[in-house]
Amino acid sequence: MEFIRQMLVITGKDLRAELRTKEAINASLAFALVILLLFSFAFDPSEETTREISGGLLWIVFAFAGTLVLNRSFAREVPNDCLDGLVAAPISAAALFMGKALANFALVLAVELVSLPVFGIFYNVQWTRQFWALLLVLALGTWGLTVIGMIFSALTVNIRLRELMLPLLVYPVMIPALMGAMRLSTDLVAGKPLSSENDVWLRLLVAFDAVFSALSLVLVDTVLVG
Amino acid sequence: MREKIIYGLGVIAAVLLARNLYSIFMQLPDEASQGMIYRIIFFHVPAAITAMLCSAVACVESAMFLITRNFKHDAIALSTTEVGLAFLAANLVTGSIWGRIIWGIWWTWDARLTSALICWVLYAGYLMLRRAIEEPAERARISAVFNIFAFTDVPIVFFSIKWWRTQHPQPVFWGGGSIDPDMFRTAALNLLALCLLATVLVLIRLRQEEVQREIDTMRRYAHAI
Repeated sequence: MEFIRQMLVITGKDLRAELRTKEAINASLAFALVILLLFSFAFDPSEETTREISGGLLWIVFAFAGTLVLNRSFAREVPNDCLDGLVAAPISAAALFMGKALANFALVLAVELVSLPVFGIFYNVQWTRQFWALLLVLALGTWGLTVIGMIFSALTVNIRLRELMLPLLVYPVMIPALMGAMRLSTDLVAGKPLSSENDVWLRLLVAFDAVFSALSLVLVDTVLVG
Repeated sequence: MREKIIYGLGVIAAVLLARNLYSIFMQLPDEASQGMIYRIIFFHVPAAITAMLCSAVACVESAMFLITRNFKHDAIALSTTEVGLAFLAANLVTGSIWGRIIWGIWWTWDARLTSALICWVLYAGYLMLRRAIEEPAERARISAVFNIFAFTDVPIVFFSIKWWRTQHPQPVFWGGGSIDPDMFRTAALNLLALCLLATVLVLIRLRQEEVQREIDTMRRYAHAI
């Protein structure tokens, strides 16, 4: 119980700090829009082409825009030595990590939920036909992205070229989850329901989330405390 | 003593490699359906196994470093990762050449090939990460954590041919494939040769790391004075 309370305190703190400045979420949203705009030049944005690659397109937008949010989450704590204060606080590193992960999960998911209708309007895609299943895939994929992004952002917070190293490390590790999320999203946006045909990707996504959440929780003490 | 071990192992590896090359090119006949090009398998598969062993050692040594904080483990993890990366590159290149002859294409986005390439990118990222960190203790700690994360891709590479339907051939040496005993012996001996070669390279690299650390200590000492 204590763990959950501590976790939620950190989540609340992070969300409050972000909603007051809105620096990461604004940048992330603007970035998502720019990529969506760029894609319209990369291929013929007619209905059929878009439907075939919608999952890949969406997740590239989400992964890029998400990394911006995740990058800020630990970098924000560096000025004024806030990170040292957090690590010294009488809570476990795991609670700190999970709290931050939860806050960033909410932020990234919010960016995604705003980008989706924009995508639907610009590319004439009826994306709501499998809304709840799509939301499930979004949540699972975003959790994978957040956990990996948070642990690596904690790892790289003090090194030079931080902004450069994070995507370089996150994306290759993310590939299995991204692949699953892309396949599923393509199917769901096209209106195909979850079935025995594509649930192997759903299982991959769940396994990825479980494995990397566990690994992150095991290693988070080493990462944060040293 | 250590130098002698390195030279000794190096000589054994060289002799074994020469013997294997003779047997691969002069003694073994062409394969029935693939002809000449099948010989690349004597390097392709042993290189993959050697790279996999290197990554496993690197993962264990990284964990050992996090537990003991002894820099020796960090040096071993770094050396094995570097050597493993070279062998994985050899594996990817030989596979690509084989693919060009047999499939007619250099590359295909099949699960085995893709996961192996991701593996290469991950370990290359590990080396880049090390370069980005100045402080030795920080560098060792951070890269050890990343190395453990990177290792999660290795089982995916290994099992990808089972989990997905791949264009990559199923294993011929273990797991159902049938192979001529002469060919199997040559492949096993070449695996031994490449493993010995990897060990020699790791030992040399380890020595360089130790010397490097000594130089760093002296430099810091000189600065302090």
